[in-house]
Amino acid sequence: MRFIHMLPHLLGVSFLAMGIGLLLMGLGRQFTARIQRRIGPPFYQAYIDVLKCFSKSSITHGFVMDLGSIMSLAGLIATAYYVPFVQWTPTGSASLVVILYLMTIGYLGMAMGVSASGNPQAPLGISRALALMFGYEIPLVMVILAMILVTGSSNLLAIVGHQQGGIGNWFIWKFPVGFLAVEIAFQGMIGEKPYDMMIAPAEIASGPMVELSGKYLGLAFLLHAVQLYVETALIVNLFLGGAHNPATFFGKQLLVYLTSMAVNAVMARYRIEQGIAHLWRWAGSLALVQLVLTKGGI
Amino acid sequence: MEDAVLFNLRDEKQSAWENVLNYFRKRSMWMLYYCTGCGAIELPPSMTSRYDMERFGMGPMATPRQADLLLITGYLSVKTLKRVIYSYEQMQDPKYVVGFGSCPINGGIYWDAYPVINHLELFLPVDMSIAGCMPRPQAVLDAFQKLMDEIQAGKAVGYKRYRRHYDWYKRNQDAVLARTQAVLEPWEDPFSDPALVESLWKDAPAEIRERQEERHDA
Repeated sequence: MRFIHMLPHLLGVSFLAMGIGLLLMGLGRQFTARIQRRIGPPFYQAYIDVLKCFSKSSITHGFVMDLGSIMSLAGLIATAYYVPFVQWTPTGSASLVVILYLMTIGYLGMAMGVSASGNPQAPLGISRALALMFGYEIPLVMVILAMILVTGSSNLLAIVGHQQGGIGNWFIWKFPVGFLAVEIAFQGMIGEKPYDMMIAPAEIASGPMVELSGKYLGLAFLLHAVQLYVETALIVNLFLGGAHNPATFFGKQLLVYLTSMAVNAVMARYRIEQGIAHLWRWAGSLALVQLVLTKGGI
Repeated sequence: MEDAVLFNLRDEKQSAWENVLNYFRKRSMWMLYYCTGCGAIELPPSMTSRYDMERFGMGPMATPRQADLLLITGYLSVKTLKRVIYSYEQMQDPKYVVGFGSCPINGGIYWDAYPVINHLELFLPVDMSIAGCMPRPQAVLDAFQKLMDEIQAGKAVGYKRYRRHYDWYKRNQDAVLARTQAVLEPWEDPFSDPALVESLWKDAPAEIRERQEERHDA
């Protein structure tokens, strides 16, 4: 019965996550274009792209590919149900452990789906994506541990609650080193340069997406959109104090994403082993410093 | 098999819904460029800051599966033609072919070279040709604008022609791909005879001939 009452909220958050994610993608492309002194596509370009993808015919490589495509999107949408949007989640829970756990399902579903396509480039891209995951999850979890030490709660809503009462209370000031570490990890999480080796169009023909056509590509676009929504919302909630209204929340998400796109526009791509080493060495050591500082009570 | 027939029948009519979808198709064309010849050199300037193709939602894509637009950028040798046909058939409907420069139209400066084909339209349904050797980025963007208009008007339906008259295209492809086989004795290439090309065009289904004449008028 509780589920029936929750259903409209769940559907709403699903479409909200896709809509905001696609808007972020469009604005990010325009931002990159402005950095390169181009006019760039309109901000609604990502919506057009997805609708076009769904209007095309498509080829499936079997049931596992269909299942994997749906599962990856479903996994990330499930994550979106636990990430607070303006200090509210449809499920009423915002456990960081659940969020970190569910976030990997997106990649695992994608791994299953695209590996079924049989194209050798796809498992290559997926193995890079999963390897990179080791790189960015460790710094992220260390910083989150530091926060749990301070706030005494693994509930994201409680962590947001600790940051209320003005810009001075934001955790970006309390955990400056950790914020840097998470920003570096975030670049890897959304797969932008210098950590875009899992897509790498020039080397492995866009990796996981190599065999995706038409509607499957549309699903992959939506997957990326929901991923952007979840991960920017996570950073906004962890460091930027959440928000009291949707416009502020979206503004903060956009700020986080555009910072990442600005780095993306001026960087080159690492090789996979360089990427992981870089994440562990820099993001990892910054996160460790933050953890030690926090534990030491500084 | 039955599904395929039903799909074709449904596809024949241009419904109002199709018109709506055409707007999204024209505003988001992803390109697969087949860099066979010199034409690809005009693409970077068309894509980067000076002419900025992304304004129209166009961008490069890595594989045929993802692309809507196949660019034949320059001359095609017979062996390359085989790969182009594979790539074209891997692409998903709706898909469009654009011939860059003179070479896909009439062979260009390679018109009498033994490994090069002269008339791409005999083997693949070309939706738009850009004359010039090479066309400048302005001409390229102009051609893409015209292609967008044709997509919106429902006239850029080369993929439907290809499906409907596959027998004719396949016959021409087989005839020209025979040239890739090794021969050990003196051999007369049938395609060196202009009369053969003429007769192939005479054989063409009325729809393809009309389209060809319309294109020449424009």
